[in-house]
Amino acid sequence: MNYHWNWQIFFEPNPTGSGTYLDMLLSGLALTIKTALMAWIIALVFGSLIGVLRTLPSKAAGWIGFAYVEFFRNMPLLVQLFLWFFVLPELLPRAAGLWLKQLPNAPFWTASIGVGLFMSARVAVQLAAGIASLPRGQKQAATALGLTTAQTYRYVLLPMAYRIILPPLTSEFLNTVKNTAVAITIGLIELTGQARAMQEFSFQVFEAFTAATIMYLLINFVVVTGMRLLERKVAIPGYIAGK
Amino acid sequence: MLGSFDFDVIRRSLPYLFVDGMTFTLTLTALSALGGLVFGTLIALMRLSGFKLLGRIAGLYVDFMRSLPLVLVIFWFYFLVPYIGQWLTGASRPIGVGAFASSLITFIMFEAAYFSEIMRAGIQSIPRGQPAAASALGLTYAQSMRYVVLPQAFRNMLPVLLTQTIVLFQDTSLVYVLSIPDFLGAASKVAQRDGRLVEMYLFAAAVYFTISCLASFGVRRLQARIAIVR
Repeated sequence: MNYHWNWQIFFEPNPTGSGTYLDMLLSGLALTIKTALMAWIIALVFGSLIGVLRTLPSKAAGWIGFAYVEFFRNMPLLVQLFLWFFVLPELLPRAAGLWLKQLPNAPFWTASIGVGLFMSARVAVQLAAGIASLPRGQKQAATALGLTTAQTYRYVLLPMAYRIILPPLTSEFLNTVKNTAVAITIGLIELTGQARAMQEFSFQVFEAFTAATIMYLLINFVVVTGMRLLERKVAIPGYIAGK
Repeated sequence: MLGSFDFDVIRRSLPYLFVDGMTFTLTLTALSALGGLVFGTLIALMRLSGFKLLGRIAGLYVDFMRSLPLVLVIFWFYFLVPYIGQWLTGASRPIGVGAFASSLITFIMFEAAYFSEIMRAGIQSIPRGQPAAASALGLTYAQSMRYVVLPQAFRNMLPVLLTQTIVLFQDTSLVYVLSIPDFLGAASKVAQRDGRLVEMYLFAAAVYFTISCLASFGVRRLQARIAIVR
């Protein structure tokens, strides 16, 4: 291979004047984490709402949940981001559209909301499955004790369901982190974007991508380790995962 | 607003969108799914082979690929494949591979990691007595895999494999980052040329939505049909 390796490149100043190339990548890493956390909050909130809707006895609620999930699952994430970023401002009344377009950090908010809603459909499916996996007796016992439907969910079903679906939620969170890279297409310069920028400035393709790869692996490692600890902490006694 | 919605730009670009764009997308999807399945099955067999080193390598590969965003992997291969080509053929300079070949290699390697996990689950769902019976009948390991285990694993996992293929179909839109005219890339080119972002992106979204919906509906029906009564 006649590729000219130069691992020192990370410590050379980058042409944007914001420090070294390494600083560039680290700022990308920070933005990736920030976007992923923001998206994850949105995914959890909306996913929980829709997941609960899907398990309610009401037919209408089930239908809304079904339509929501199908809507967000059957379009590529990239297309969804384009819809939020390019199409939505045009369809709104002129003043609102203009306000949206001039929003500072528009790519960040679009990416957070776009990836968040995309992931919320997956969270909803997981949560609905988690609730459905609980023995029927739990809901019946709650009703027999005089709890309202809201109380049943708040005190009985959801605390159990969230713990059961913790492992799949971990991988959904990792998917959220990975999916923020798609936002490179709407101009979010996160980790992959910074690696790409570094490659264009310095022509050191493989060093830039190797560094980004290692950073993604690190995120993965930290999240998986953290979630294992959390899983052990909240494990339900009497279940296989429990003590 | 919708009052100024220009349907004609969609009608005019239909041949380009479907003959060029959708053909690229569907070909890439089909070939990647096929290649991903073949390599994925090999990786799954490596992981279950009982050779510790082989299993470790396969496991590392799968974990590695699954930790990276597809966009980054697409960039990696886009720049790496010419060098690999040079290394394989002993040429004096990196080889130009072309957009289609580069994205095909990327998707095969990437999807192999995901397909291998599905096939592994499928193989592990086969009762232990089956390979035992096969070897009692005198079948070699290869024969037992070929005639007993893999056909059943494949059949059991067919709905999951097809669902993953629908995900793959949606993911192929990411070749957009290499400015390749797949279906979305073609729509985006027309959108930018004619200044018709709203129409083209809404239309592209509708097409992806319809195809994915129909396909997952088909998978659900298939699942009901081929389910083995136990």
